[in-house]
Order: sequence, then C-alpha cells, then structure tokens
Amino acid sequence: MTNPVLLRVRDLKTYFVTEHGKGTARAVDEVSFDLYAGETLGIVGESGCGKTVTSLSILRLIPEPPGHILPGSLIEFDGRNLLALPLPELRAVRGNQIAMIFQEPMTSLNPVFTVGDQIAEAAIIHQHLSRGAARARAIEMLRLVGIPDPEERIDHYPHQLSGGMRQRVMIAMALVCNPKVLIADEPTTALDVTIQAQILELLDKLRTELGMAVLLITHDLGVVAGHADRVVVMYAGRVVETASTEALFERPTHPYTEGLLAAVPRIDAPRSRLHAIPGQVPAATAWPTGCRFHPRCPYAWDKCVAQEPPLLETGGGAPGHTARCWLVTEPERRVPRR
Amino acid sequence: MTLGTWFALGIALVLAGEFVRALRRRGLRQGGGGERWRRFFRHRTTSWGLGILTFLVIVAVAAPLIAPFDPNRQLDIVHLKNQPPSWTFLFGTDVLSRDVWSRAVYGARVSLGIGALGALMAVSLGTLVGAIAGYYQRWIDAVLMRGVDVGLALPRIFILLMAVALWDGLPFAALVIAIGLTSWFGTSRLVRAEVLSLRQQDFVVAARALGVQTGRIIFRHVLPNAAAPIIVSAALGVGNVLLLEASLSFLGIGIKPPDPTWGNMIADNAPSIYSAPWSTIVPGLAIALVVMSLNAVADGVQDALDPHEREPV
Repeated sequence: MTNPVLLRVRDLKTYFVTEHGKGTARAVDEVSFDLYAGETLGIVGESGCGKTVTSLSILRLIPEPPGHILPGSLIEFDGRNLLALPLPELRAVRGNQIAMIFQEPMTSLNPVFTVGDQIAEAAIIHQHLSRGAARARAIEMLRLVGIPDPEERIDHYPHQLSGGMRQRVMIAMALVCNPKVLIADEPTTALDVTIQAQILELLDKLRTELGMAVLLITHDLGVVAGHADRVVVMYAGRVVETASTEALFERPTHPYTEGLLAAVPRIDAPRSRLHAIPGQVPAATAWPTGCRFHPRCPYAWDKCVAQEPPLLETGGGAPGHTARCWLVTEPERRVPRR
Repeated sequence: MTLGTWFALGIALVLAGEFVRALRRRGLRQGGGGERWRRFFRHRTTSWGLGILTFLVIVAVAAPLIAPFDPNRQLDIVHLKNQPPSWTFLFGTDVLSRDVWSRAVYGARVSLGIGALGALMAVSLGTLVGAIAGYYQRWIDAVLMRGVDVGLALPRIFILLMAVALWDGLPFAALVIAIGLTSWFGTSRLVRAEVLSLRQQDFVVAARALGVQTGRIIFRHVLPNAAAPIIVSAALGVGNVLLLEASLSFLGIGIKPPDPTWGNMIADNAPSIYSAPWSTIVPGLAIALVVMSLNAVADGVQDALDPHEREPV
C-alpha cells in the first residue's frame, strides 16, 4: 500500500464496568489496525464482538461511565493521539475531519429540526459559515447525496422522509465539512436490500469523488466483498484476521472467518442446509482462556485452550494477511473434529 | 359603570379579537414561519385562550380607563357594602364597600405580573437545573437532586416567612423572586427525567459525533425535544403561583392591603362567601380563566413545536 496511513489504531482497549461489580466487560481488547488514505476498510464480525465499540472509541463517544478507554491505547490521526486530545480540540476533529454515520437513520436525526438545519449545523460550527451560506451548502449536499428537489426537501422534517432518504441525509450531514475519514457503522442494516445497494454505491462514489477513507463496519460479508479494499475480522473484542478483500475470500485462514464465509448463502452452489457456527459469542466479562474462539472452533486442540496465538503472517504471497490462529504454524491440523 | 368604562371595555374586547385574528391570518398564509403559526392555531381553543389572555393583559394595562372606581376607596361602608351586581357596580361591592369590578381589574396587574414572572423564573431555573443534572449525571446530578429534595421537603410558606423577615414587607419584585426561587423544584425533576432519556438517543450521539459543543447539544438538541412537558409545567405553574400568591396574601405576607390582587380579594371576602358570593367568585373565576386559557395556549405551542402532523381531536 503506497498511500499514507491516515488513522492508526494501536492496542485499543475499551472496557465497561458492569453494574453491581460483576466484573469488567472487555468489549474491545488490544485492537490494532491502520486505515490508509482513500481506501475502504471493512470491519466484520457478528453482534457483540466489539465492532461498534471500536468505532465509537475512535471519536471518544463511549458513554463514560460505565465505559472507559484504557491508558496505553493509541488512536493516531494526523500525528495526534485522539485519546489524549483536550475536548475542544477533539470537537474540532469530530464532524470536521472524522465524521460518522450510524445504524439507525430513523432515530439518528433530531425529530424537531428540519433536515436543512441539521446538515447546516456542522458547517456553521466548523467552517463558520453564515446561515445563508450554510443553507446553500446544505442544498448542495442534498443534491450530492442524490435527494431529488433539494430546495424543497431542505425544509422537511425527518419524519417526512423514508428510511433511505434519512440515511442519505445522515451522509450529507457527515460529509458537509469534507472529512478525511468517514466511519460508517452498519449504515445499511436498517434498510431494505435495494436501498442498501443504493446507499453503498453512493458511499463508494462519494469516497472517490471526495478522496476520503471509509471505515465500513458491518456484519454482512456480502457488503464487504463488494465495497471494501481490506478487511479486519473481529471476534470477541480481538482482531482475528486482517487481509485484503481478495485474499480473505480466497484463503480465509482463521476458522472464524471460514465459518462466516460458509454461512453466506450462495446462489451458485447446490442447495443445501446453510452452515452455522455453533454456539454464541461468549460474554465479554468472561472471555475463554487461550484462543477466544476455541469453544466454537472445529479444529481446536490443547494448545488453543492453553495459549492465545498472536497475529501471525500467513505468508502465501499476500503481504499483510495475518491471522490470530495456531493453524498458521501447524496447517496439518486443519481437519475438523466433527 | 360609566359610559366611558363600557366603551374602554368594548375597545379592549375588539383589540383582543383583532389581535388573534391577525395572527390567525398570518398562520393561514404560506411560507416562512407560517407553518408554525398554522399548527399553533390548529385547535379552536387555542384562539380562545389566546384571546382571553390578550384581553386580560389589555385590561390590566389599561386599568385606569376600564375601572369606574378607585379600587381601594370604600365608597360607603354603611350603605354600599356587599351590594349585589348592578349597572352601577357590575360585579357588586365587597365587605368594605369597594367596587369588585374595579378591584378585579387592578388586581389583574399584580396577579398576572406575579403569575407570569414568577412562573417564568421558576420554569427557567427548573429547566436549567434539571437539564444540567440530567445531562452531566454523576456527582453534579447527585448534588443538585439532593438540593431539590431539600427544597421539596422544606415548607415553602416557612421559607417565604423568613424572606419576609429579611425584607420587611415584600415589594413586588421581591415577591416574584421569592416565589420563583421556591417553585422550580418540581420542574427540575421533570426536566431531568426527560433529559436522562433524551441524552441516550441516537441523535444526541450523532450531534456529539459532529463536534457540537455540550451547551449547544443541551439547548438545541435535547431541550426542544422536552418542550412539551416544560410548557405544560409552565402553564400549570402560573396557576400555582396565582394560588400561592393568594395564600400568601391570606397570611398577610403577600402584596400589602389595600392594594388588590385576585388572591387577597378571595382571602378578604372569604367570610362573606355565603351572603355576598360575587366578591369571591369573580376573582376566583378570573384565576380559573387564566389557568384554562394558558393550558389552551400551551397546547397550541406544543403543536407548533412538534413537527408531526396530528389531526385535531
């Protein structure tokens, strides 16, 4: 990758103190990844594996308490550690250089303001535009995200728009200051499939037009396959595999990734029962010892229970393809027990 | 009642009616802020409430023109006490032979003033404290809410009695401040509860993600969504303040007699409520009218602030 690193996340640990002192939920535990300028990085994993907490941690939007980001974590953007930034300076980054869109377009817009006011807000705060200029900018943004009749729509309230329209408005809000990084936290989960495709295409188009990097958080491998350049697979608060999208789909190395891929229904395969990974993500207060995936892993042996593997280079001609699995060192054990 | 006072009364009625009609017309016009006005006037009762309040305010301001007698003058303590309503005394006379209509008109000045200013102060203070406690939570919340507990536990009359001792007879401004400072506890609880739930909403997180300052989040994003309960509590607050002023007057620590307020008119004439009911019923009706009108207007304001279209019930 020749592009410079834009956002460097190192050893991010976000823990939550649970009520009644039942222990600490280690929701995100030593997560590291890099986001390069102009790329789309997908973060995949099932519910409860720490994807959303990771994305919220980047802008320090974790509710504190109960959550807190442990010292020693690093989120470096533009040469500065966002975790050590005083709040006013962090605010100048939020929405201006790093913007975010959320899962639920239905509840992420303020019901009592017109969409125009909400899009204009960031421009007024960060670029100090006048109300008139901000309004013009909001119209421009609405047109950019493909909303018809922007001059009229700008005075509409969120409840007058459909889900897909609202997600477009959210995108317009996020992009109004031309951020360098856009964090999209499951931007299409709440939308139906056709709208989903439109929104993702829109994101792709805007990414190339505006030259920003996108952190695309999703549980949908189909979304990743179509729209991400590289993928980080998370499980139980850890990164378990990192690879370019092609390498990940061609040679999934971690058994969890393998399971996720096998669970995707395929239109070109003979009809059979869908594969499912047995069991569930364990509770974040009590991760299993050793490899956190071992209770659900079809290949696990004693070493997996005793000792957690580091992220290992898989080799195989794809630099940057790493997996947190002992199978990388002992590939002959890739024989399912059941 | 002289011809002049009837005339002034008529003008006050017409003015109030025209004022409401002009606003309504503005509401029916398209564009700009018209949408809000249209929603404001969606219910007929809102127009009535606004009309009645406007009328009362005009009456209070123009009291010297509308009152036929000096409100404090005892016309004839022997022959004219407790006179029933007549053409001369529209609402009769009270136990000290003062004209009830004139006293009610002048009383509107004090009562509406204390009601509006006291409630405004109480609601602003309560909203501010509630919003801060609810938004920041943790120790700020704990300290403020324990303070509110203390405030709710202390008898208000007791605090006001202490204030009287300090001020030696409360002037109007001091009474407003004393009432405002002791009436905000309930509102702050209400607002805190609203803010506690609103701050968890996605759009608040989204606003934080956009880099909006905390103060702006509280005042622009959180509180407008809590407008409905705040406005209702303000409307009810005015009624409570009027009643509080009445009970203070009853205890002799409110506005000093013989100056009329609706509250001390009720208090003064309570003993003759069976023989001369008009002298208590008139100020009582005035208080009730204000409270009902305020509620009607509050409904309208609520509709104006809430963009969701709802059919009038």
